[in-house]
Amino acid sequence: MSRLGRRFMKLAAEDRAALVTYTMACDPDRATSQAILNGLPAAGADIIEVGMPFTDPMADGPAIQLAAQRSLKAGGSLTLTLEMIAEFRKADDATPVVLMGYYNPVYVWGPEKFCADAAKAGIDGLILVDLPPEEAGELVPHCRANKIDFIFLTTPTSDDARLPAIVAEASGFVYYVSIAGITGTASASGAAIEEAVERIRRHTPLPVCVGFGIKTPEQAAEVARIADGVVVGSAIVAAAAEAAGTDKAVSAPLDLVRKLAEGVKAARR
Amino acid sequence: MQNLNTYRAGPDERGHFGIFGGRYVAETLMPLILEVEKAYAAAKGDPAFLDEFRYWLKNYVGRPNPLYFAGRLTEAFGGARIYLKREDLNHTGAHKINNCIGQILLARRMGKRRIIAETGAGQHGVATATVCALFGLECVVYMGATDIERQAPNVYRMKLLGAEVRPVTSGAATLKDAMNDALRDWVTNVADTYYLIGTVAGPHPYPAMVRDFQSVIGEEVRAQIMEAEGRLPDSLVACIGGGSNAMGLFHPFLDDKDVRIIGVEAAGFGLDKLHAASLTGGKPGVLHGNRTYLLQDGHGQIDEAHSISAGLDYPGIGPEHAWLHDIGRVEYASVTDDEALEAFQRLTRLEGIIPALESSHAIAHAGKIAGTLPKDHLMVVNLSGRGDKDVNTVARALGDATLGGL
Repeated sequence: MSRLGRRFMKLAAEDRAALVTYTMACDPDRATSQAILNGLPAAGADIIEVGMPFTDPMADGPAIQLAAQRSLKAGGSLTLTLEMIAEFRKADDATPVVLMGYYNPVYVWGPEKFCADAAKAGIDGLILVDLPPEEAGELVPHCRANKIDFIFLTTPTSDDARLPAIVAEASGFVYYVSIAGITGTASASGAAIEEAVERIRRHTPLPVCVGFGIKTPEQAAEVARIADGVVVGSAIVAAAAEAAGTDKAVSAPLDLVRKLAEGVKAARR
Repeated sequence: MQNLNTYRAGPDERGHFGIFGGRYVAETLMPLILEVEKAYAAAKGDPAFLDEFRYWLKNYVGRPNPLYFAGRLTEAFGGARIYLKREDLNHTGAHKINNCIGQILLARRMGKRRIIAETGAGQHGVATATVCALFGLECVVYMGATDIERQAPNVYRMKLLGAEVRPVTSGAATLKDAMNDALRDWVTNVADTYYLIGTVAGPHPYPAMVRDFQSVIGEEVRAQIMEAEGRLPDSLVACIGGGSNAMGLFHPFLDDKDVRIIGVEAAGFGLDKLHAASLTGGKPGVLHGNRTYLLQDGHGQIDEAHSISAGLDYPGIGPEHAWLHDIGRVEYASVTDDEALEAFQRLTRLEGIIPALESSHAIAHAGKIAGTLPKDHLMVVNLSGRGDKDVNTVARALGDATLGGL
């Protein structure tokens, strides 16, 4: 069983949702970013998403746009992202790591070779915002061959006619983007999320993780009562940005993760 | 995919031209993209829609515009007979309005009340603001802050027309960044908003749809050159940023194998320096909804483009051009800022026509090759827009002394 599968099974036994955290690789620099990454499991992250920096993050709001710019300025790249994961794996073989970003750097690397290299680095899943099911056929078989879960996004606009086609190829978990919009901006209501998660569950037995617009421990707890996982990105990235260059550069984002984890753990289902 | 007997059958049903094109967009947008595709497929088969399109082109845009024999330019170049397709004479001063008329009619059919657009030189923004005023629709135009500064007259025109111009400050604050922000707006306002893309790029069906609306250029040229010369042209030349004026001219001639077709990219400061020549200096990648040639580094990060012409200042190119390049049907050349500036002045002085800096790239390339061609060679150059918007840029680039000494 994959790391993601094992992790969701463990959480099901604990009767709670996963806290999925997002941080950008090499933001604000390789060393700080590595220290944050290495500290995430102890702070309470159940699944780790690592952002792959890209010059044109079209689905992201200001917080992650700026994180990508800082990362690239510090020399961030897909090469360094994989190196960071490999480094992380030396101390942690249990926490699933999912890469999230845009297709072009992966395409330029070469889909087949990239999946092999990513698997070697210890990566468990891949989320590519601009690779919808219609185009994913050129990558998904290589993911599968290397035991990497390709995680599809579902959104408020994915209707019942579309959902079966999306989840047909999905593995690992299904990511529900809870708003029509970009990261780190508006938040959906609990009722709207609940309706959507129930709808997705009618189409797939896979765990459903909900992201976009979840910023506080309270919001995380609310979503944790509904979904199998809660994704928090922009808020953690913003906390890291605010503390960058100070002696709290590593501890500030991890402190937020700790509070989010308390919220999620308290929300028994 | 394509029927082997024609270059005009693309894209396939999934929006691919060979390996290029496609629909690389966020899932939130996919249902909407599919809705646009379905609506456009229905519209292009509806005679009433096509009649309405032609009505506005004739009575509002002022089509057909002339195919003008440029006698003094021909003499100066010393070879091929040069005809200029006068897209600069369209209402709003460029070819961009052709596509805007088509897409605004589609948006109305789809019941969309809010229109967004990206713009580089401001020509597409002005054309979009114009059709929104014409049909009473809300209009938001994303424009890079750098472009807002160098195209101030067009910014004011858009505001006069009732559009909201939103400055984009991310990246180099030019066309690429404006397109990012337009996509972010669209994904946030999917329910009521139509994204009126200005060139033959973006996710399917935009490259094919914009090409179809712009093909009126090439269709008119066919009829006009037959009337003037009794035969098809020997060559076609057009400038390329995203490539819509070029595709509009080229597409009706792709299967005429004796017609040599040349697209001209912006070589900026030079191909070894900052430029915007995606085919000449880029490699295949995925950006803004399609796979095409992109200026990028070895890690797949997109490079900033540079051209003196804001309309060509984009690190990508329409996917059909990428395909035509790879199969060799169309030749692609490039022209530097300096060469374009010289051509700008030359056409202005010789023919009394002030061309857009974009179109000046096509004129410059025509000047490079016309002298090597026989005097009975018929060359059609697309004069895609007028240069009034560029006079400040040109004055700054040349300085008064140079202007006086020409």
